[in-house]
Amino acid sequence: MTPHPAIELAGIDKSFGAVHANKNINLTVAKGSIHGIIGENGAGKSTLMSILYGFYQADRGEIRIDGKPITIRDSQTAIASGIGMVHQHFMLVENFTVLENVMLGAEGGQLLAKGVAGARKELKRLEAEYGLDVDPDAIIEELPVGKQQRVEILKALYRGAEILILDEPTGVLTPAEADHLFRILKVLRDQGKTILLITHKLREIMAITDEVSVMRRGEMVATRKTAETTVEELAELMVGRRVLLRVEKGEAQPGKVLLSVKNLTVKDSRGVTMVDDVSFDVREGEILGIAGVAGNGQSELLEAIAGIRKPTSGEILIDGQPVAGLDPARLRELGLAHIPEDRHHMGLVLKFEEYENSVLGYHRDPRYGRGALLDLDAIRKDAEEKIAKYDIRPPNPRLKTANFSGGNQQKIVVAREIERDPKMLIIGQPTRGVDIGAIEFIHRRIVEMRDAQKAVLLVSVELDEIRSLSDRIIVMFAGKVVGEATPDAGEQALGMMMAGAV
Amino acid sequence: MSTASVPLPNWISYGVLPVLNLLVAFFISGLVVWSIGENPFQALKLLIEGALGRGEAIGFTLFYTTSFIFTGLSVAVAFHAGLFNIGSEGQAYVGGLGAALVALALDHYVPWYVTMPFAVIGAALFGAAWAFIPAWLQAKRGSHVVITTIMFNFIAAALMVYLLVNVFIVPGKMAPETRTFLPGGQLPKLDWLMALFGMKLGPAPFNVSFIIALVMCYLVWLLIWRSKLGYEMRTLGISPSAAVYAGIPYSRTVIIAMLISGGLAGMMALNPVMGASARLQVEFVAGAGFVGIAVSLMGRSHPLGIVFAAFLFGILYQGGADLSFEMPNITREMIVVIQGLVILFAGALEYMFRPAVVRIYQTLSGK
Amino acid sequence: MDYFDIFVSILGSTIRLSIPLIFTALAGLFSERAGIVDIGLEGKMLAAAFAAACLAYVSGSAWIGLLGGIGISIGFSMIHGFASITNRGNQIVSGVALNFIAAGLTIVLGQAWFSQGGRTPGLTGDARFSPIILPGADFMRDVPIVGPLYANVISGNNILTYLAFAAVPLSWWILYRTRFGLRLRAVGENPAAVDTAGISVSWLRFRALIVTGILGGFAGAYLAIAQSAAFINNMSAGKGYIALAALIFAKWKPVPVMLACLLFGFLDAVANFMQGKSIPMIGEVPVQIFQALPYVLTCILLAGFIGIAHPPKAGGVPYVKER
Repeated sequence: MTPHPAIELAGIDKSFGAVHANKNINLTVAKGSIHGIIGENGAGKSTLMSILYGFYQADRGEIRIDGKPITIRDSQTAIASGIGMVHQHFMLVENFTVLENVMLGAEGGQLLAKGVAGARKELKRLEAEYGLDVDPDAIIEELPVGKQQRVEILKALYRGAEILILDEPTGVLTPAEADHLFRILKVLRDQGKTILLITHKLREIMAITDEVSVMRRGEMVATRKTAETTVEELAELMVGRRVLLRVEKGEAQPGKVLLSVKNLTVKDSRGVTMVDDVSFDVREGEILGIAGVAGNGQSELLEAIAGIRKPTSGEILIDGQPVAGLDPARLRELGLAHIPEDRHHMGLVLKFEEYENSVLGYHRDPRYGRGALLDLDAIRKDAEEKIAKYDIRPPNPRLKTANFSGGNQQKIVVAREIERDPKMLIIGQPTRGVDIGAIEFIHRRIVEMRDAQKAVLLVSVELDEIRSLSDRIIVMFAGKVVGEATPDAGEQALGMMMAGAV
Repeated sequence: MSTASVPLPNWISYGVLPVLNLLVAFFISGLVVWSIGENPFQALKLLIEGALGRGEAIGFTLFYTTSFIFTGLSVAVAFHAGLFNIGSEGQAYVGGLGAALVALALDHYVPWYVTMPFAVIGAALFGAAWAFIPAWLQAKRGSHVVITTIMFNFIAAALMVYLLVNVFIVPGKMAPETRTFLPGGQLPKLDWLMALFGMKLGPAPFNVSFIIALVMCYLVWLLIWRSKLGYEMRTLGISPSAAVYAGIPYSRTVIIAMLISGGLAGMMALNPVMGASARLQVEFVAGAGFVGIAVSLMGRSHPLGIVFAAFLFGILYQGGADLSFEMPNITREMIVVIQGLVILFAGALEYMFRPAVVRIYQTLSGK
Repeated sequence: MDYFDIFVSILGSTIRLSIPLIFTALAGLFSERAGIVDIGLEGKMLAAAFAAACLAYVSGSAWIGLLGGIGISIGFSMIHGFASITNRGNQIVSGVALNFIAAGLTIVLGQAWFSQGGRTPGLTGDARFSPIILPGADFMRDVPIVGPLYANVISGNNILTYLAFAAVPLSWWILYRTRFGLRLRAVGENPAAVDTAGISVSWLRFRALIVTGILGGFAGAYLAIAQSAAFINNMSAGKGYIALAALIFAKWKPVPVMLACLLFGFLDAVANFMQGKSIPMIGEVPVQIFQALPYVLTCILLAGFIGIAHPPKAGGVPYVKER
């Protein structure tokens, strides 16, 4: 008799309100294998793993571990069933030592003294066995990210995990650290552990998995033996053959360079380089699209250009004038409009009434009131005009912004930024969480901006959107620009660049 | 689906829920009264009579109301910018110094209406100055304004006692207080206003600072809902990330909000110092700064709500004093209990009833 | 009085004045290290003092009084927990509210029950904790230097004083040597780490608040039935806030907490002693300087001018479980 598979998922289904995150998922993972799960952002990978680790309960379906059906009610059950998880954002107590973090929740008795010696011994053994070299007494916050991740793996192993789920584990690692991780994972597999690797990077899938399953829009669309598939096939499965949203647009008439980014480097608060020596130009009358899977530095790039994040080095020029380090208010005066990626936290104040949001960032403009006071009549009139022109529904400037639908909220932001008649427009994820009708509308507006000889920089993780709107495309991967393409470049070719496979 | 994300109509969010919270606070206060063997309804009747029964009583009620409007506004302004200013008490105390200095300097030479504007400015400036250090520490050094303002309350208390005992005390007198201001340094009573309603003020110290308080209500309303600065403060208070996006400078906005908050707290001193006792005394603030927290929470940080809440607390303070004569079992401190319960239910537990109300609302509206 | 006598006398009152601070600051230590900011220490102390005085008076036993103080202080802690953990309310608002409730309720109930203007009846005999004379104190008294120190500073305190000093290493031991302590420190830094380790964040925080309640009860009992012999209106007189300052000043660590409390107690003792006296060369130093010094020092520390105080990272933020 062949041994039971480590994990079997049968008919897993999960919805959040109207969002169908997982549709009838079936998955079998063989014991002692590295199984990759690949898919674009929002394909439902994380939801599935959260169900497996007890964060969410599936609406329907069965989970079998080692052939035994179980109900995973919480993380405790998952841990008890031998499932360990390495989260994308580490679940570590930063001012604790490695040993303390490993012991947390599995202390082995009321008094630490009892458990410490044993834990230390066990930790040493695990480290030796799997080549996970970390000093047990080191403080987490003083360790490099790669070692912190090893602590997460050790935590899982210490709790007797036989199945290890890693969620986008290389997102925060340098290439060398990632290679080291892969070696560790191989050792773990060879010792009989089962590994589920969630990623959107094809290179990783090809490098270390035995089998790979592809998710797309909440569905499990295929499972392949890694040895029998190709990067091209996976890219196609991942992206799918979607009907390209057609946007009517004529030839671009690019003029002079308006926005110029030179050797820009941006580090985040932890000191990790998010944007790495990026250079490009955007001309008036063109849309430059930046393609890439989320988390490859696009967000930080946009924020640096918009003045929200201070660049570490490099230059940003508007009309030849250096603007790096200027604050957002000053940049708006220079004609830079910004439709941010996250309308809930940046683009809008959800507790404000609609009209209040219609001037966010431009509230100091004299047309909205001279002197210290706001001219509410002027603002409301202005808001009403935008509501009419952009067909924002319900057409009520006094309604609280939180009560508008996603598409209408986004229209509020788009209207505000475009109606200012800026010289250049930078846009992040213009249609995330937006209904089809609003998508078309927003796309048309963006093209109109181009036709009005504005410089447009568009960041989107939706490849269709990039392809249908952009006049030129650059692809970002791991903080770097890895390639440039025209919109008629094949989806596959772009997909491979986005996955760092080129 | 969790009930937290269900939108409720405004009349429920801003009407039913706050009223429900207040009712629970008052219900528990009633239980306390009942538990010490008194009839809560009888007590309530006595309290209202004591606060509103006669012209003099109303005068006292409005005197307290005046102080609470100032401190309530002070807490509210900071709150709109996302700051919890627990330091109104100390800022009011130091504000008294500003008012007293002006009164002492001018009362020999000019009539009260000349002194008044300077006193308003003096009180506001001193109150604002006392708020400046916590504000600066929050804006530039990231020290939490709650903790620093608490510390500054105590530092203010020490400073003021020192000044009154060692600097301002009238030679030969025992009481640590300044000399009595001449009429040129006093704010006149509002007898005429009461007379309009056919009431006699008697000895109640209801004075011109009430009008200043109402003017400040209007100005605060203008600031918060009609000015660019207020817009920036509210943006910062609700969504710091949106404020960054909009290019609203953090440090400047925090500091200005705290200066205004401190200034309003400082102006509270006009009422007891220049309107009632005509001298600067030790501990004249008497907790009004803390009442401001309850008033602001109850008034939902809106000037109109603050006026009502301040009036309610004015009734409690005046009526409570009267009640303690009639029912010696119920001491004045009952007000402090009610104040605490209001803060607890209108503040910390403000969403306690939300899930239940959401369910009822959904059932009734058939959704 | 020669200088040595003054020294011994100030040292003695430093100890007495530090005890409520130590208990209260340790109480705050447990709640804040678990990520629950506690402005309500003052109220707990006051409520506990009142309950301890009442129960000691009724029962005639200081120990029952102490239990009552602990009980009411835990009760206050649980309300704080209900508001800030269960309902995810604002922890500061909740703490402020509880302080007012304690300040008012103690007087209202005190007046209603005893009709002495909010005071409770005086306690005698076993109803309060009386000084314990350590063996040999009388004999030692005449030995130079060591003698008076032993007889007047180390000996002659009540049992709660010794318990306060015992509570310091005990707190340290609980925080750093037990499973509960490890989890408590973890939940104050990163509740998500605790949650994913399969431990209930809420229950852990509630347990931390129970410890806070117990220690707050000791602080109150000390005030009313050990240091004094009755509950007096507002007898905590801001000590809860000084303790909070000491907690920050000690950077949320047990032994430094004790040292900070001793320092602030010492300043208080000096202030009392200096009343109306002048120092050679300097002249009369206003007592208010000593009163304000704990707060000034804490603000300077908070501003990062003398080392940096890193509060527990998750402090003040309600934990919302999310992916």
